[in-house]
Amino acid sequence: MQFLSAGQIVLQSFVRLMPVWASLAIVLGLSLAFRKKLGLYGHVVQSPTGFVGLFLVGFWLFAAVFGRAIVLFDPLGQIAEMKDALPGAIDPHSGLPYLFGGDKLARDVFSRVIAGARIVLIIAPLATLLALSVGIALGLPAGYFGRRVDSVLSFLANLVLAFPIILLFYLLVSPGILETPIPYTLAAIFFAFPIVLFGVFFVAGYRAQPMKLAIRLAATLLAGAWLFATFVFDADPFGLMRVSPSTLNIFIAVALASGPGIFRIVRSLTLDIKTREYVFAAQTRGETPWYIMLWEILPNARGPLIVDSCLRIGYTTILLGALGYFGLGMPPESPDWGTMIKESSRFMRIFVHPALPPALAMMSFVLGLNLLADAIREQSLRD
Amino acid sequence: MASFLARRLGVMLLTMLCLTLIVFYLVNLQPNLRKLAISQTEMHATDQELEGWLKKNGYRRPFFARYATWLGVWPREPIVDPATGAAIPRFSWCDEPTTPKLSGVLQGDFGCSTKFKVKVVEKLGPALEATGILMFWVMALMIPVALVVGVISGMREGSRTDRTLSVISIATTSTPEYVSGVVLTIIFATWLGWLNGSAAAATEGHLSFYNFTLPVVTVSIYGMGYVARMTRASMIEVMNAQYIRTARLKGLGFASIVLKHALRNALIAPFTVIMLLFPWLLTGVVIVEVMFRYQGFGQALVDAAGNNDIDLLLACSLVSVMLVLATQLISDVGYAWLNPRIRVH
Repeated sequence: MQFLSAGQIVLQSFVRLMPVWASLAIVLGLSLAFRKKLGLYGHVVQSPTGFVGLFLVGFWLFAAVFGRAIVLFDPLGQIAEMKDALPGAIDPHSGLPYLFGGDKLARDVFSRVIAGARIVLIIAPLATLLALSVGIALGLPAGYFGRRVDSVLSFLANLVLAFPIILLFYLLVSPGILETPIPYTLAAIFFAFPIVLFGVFFVAGYRAQPMKLAIRLAATLLAGAWLFATFVFDADPFGLMRVSPSTLNIFIAVALASGPGIFRIVRSLTLDIKTREYVFAAQTRGETPWYIMLWEILPNARGPLIVDSCLRIGYTTILLGALGYFGLGMPPESPDWGTMIKESSRFMRIFVHPALPPALAMMSFVLGLNLLADAIREQSLRD
Repeated sequence: MASFLARRLGVMLLTMLCLTLIVFYLVNLQPNLRKLAISQTEMHATDQELEGWLKKNGYRRPFFARYATWLGVWPREPIVDPATGAAIPRFSWCDEPTTPKLSGVLQGDFGCSTKFKVKVVEKLGPALEATGILMFWVMALMIPVALVVGVISGMREGSRTDRTLSVISIATTSTPEYVSGVVLTIIFATWLGWLNGSAAAATEGHLSFYNFTLPVVTVSIYGMGYVARMTRASMIEVMNAQYIRTARLKGLGFASIVLKHALRNALIAPFTVIMLLFPWLLTGVVIVEVMFRYQGFGQALVDAAGNNDIDLLLACSLVSVMLVLATQLISDVGYAWLNPRIRVH
């Protein structure tokens, strides 16, 4: 079997990732050029931590977007001769190299890491968004009304927080549970939150303009219907997305695990902001509580929430990896990073090369998000 | 203070009750019971035989009656042989009461582990001890390092040392245990050969630097950066306080200001953070015990969950929930005690 030299591996990987480098250069270059006009984002790009963070997150984002064009082999395809092949081994059939070597089942590690980025970068941000809408929808009233509403909701949040996450995952993401209605019920409840939240948001804001309100409500309901059809029933009317029951299960478990944390942050932000003058002014004007919560308090809580969401996506990625590491939810041949680490760590004493790329991928993506969050926090405090 | 404690304890009990009820419900779902029956009966048992096994061993009794039995507020009925009328034990390796009597968690009876074929207490005791040793070393490594890093980077905000240490802290919080464990094992066990990539021997009492360093370091890393960041933030806040300026204007040396005036107040916030870190560490411990084959609490939890070992899983969840709630309480009470400006009521 023929091998590429170390230099050739680096060069060829660089060339394969060309679409990613090009997009990164365009986006970061434009951001730097117009940084003066971009407000907070411009400041973030300019700071060293922010730039590195954006670079890392952008790298994986574009790797996921151009994934199909970057991979050399089918991430699930096995080529018998390439079992445990060292990095740079050339497949005799196609003449293409296994840049990062082959794994125990003779699959290309390079292609799998890139394919894994697609899985991670779709599930983690969406699950975080779902958790965010649940956290906002419950945290605002808990902080604003206080008393009984707060006691009940805080008790529920602490209940979930007291659950050891691993135990929660083992109980909720087992194959057996898919035979019961539990995941679908939870999904129906969770996915109702964003719809209700947007509905209330528009009703509270456009009461005086029935025409605008009707259009926005209709759009919300349509988007909500698509969301329900696609995620809860796995029947996307447009055929754009397939969400298998086990993927849905992962969504639910991850959203359930990070929802209470967001709830607590929104609640404490609300407690703080509701003592400001503009909230009193709105109360004096006779605005409804939901108008004040969604149109006065929420926009003013966005800074800390953006920082937290950034950190939260990283945390969700880590949770997702833990699920993969314990072999929960994801199919065993799935190329997501957690499953890859689990599969390769068993034979780590003999073959190192299949374990290192997914581990470094996971680390760099989360590091990017954390650096970005840090830069945003720093820059927003400066103003 | 007394009423605060009483209320907190009440909420804790309610939380524990709710959580165990949820776990009890989930482990008793039909697919999970079926999995248990399959693992406990002969191979290729028919559906009828599986159902018969479940019925015979009392898994088909009413849900709440069984939960109350587990809790110890409802008498535990022995399994009676229909032919002779004599009580027969459910499992040969686990003696249960032969007459109906209260025997549940409240009485100290945690039931039988179907996976390990021992009483839950016999399995959980050594496992908790092993994990306790692991946690002790994790704390002994993590807390001093994190505090020192946090104080050093926080005492001169914005300096080059601060920036470097901050980036390192952020990097460690971005590295979950299953990533750092893999990377460290590759470097120190596979390439350098300095340390052992398996802690299996440590469980049998042969604990050594060689086989125990990697698990301890792996768990510590993830939490270390977080504690260091919190210490740094708290240190910065203290260093900008009026009394530090006063101390400086008095002409005190920098070392004396940091050590005598700032440190004490700067360490209040990290204390609560360390306490609240316990639930987080629990996840790390599970991952590390599985990765390094260390027979502790985390490994027991994973085995119990993987085999739907009902009693062991319930005991594990009870222990971990108690740990989480107790550390929350300690952190609240400790914060009020350390910081005289805070009053609990």
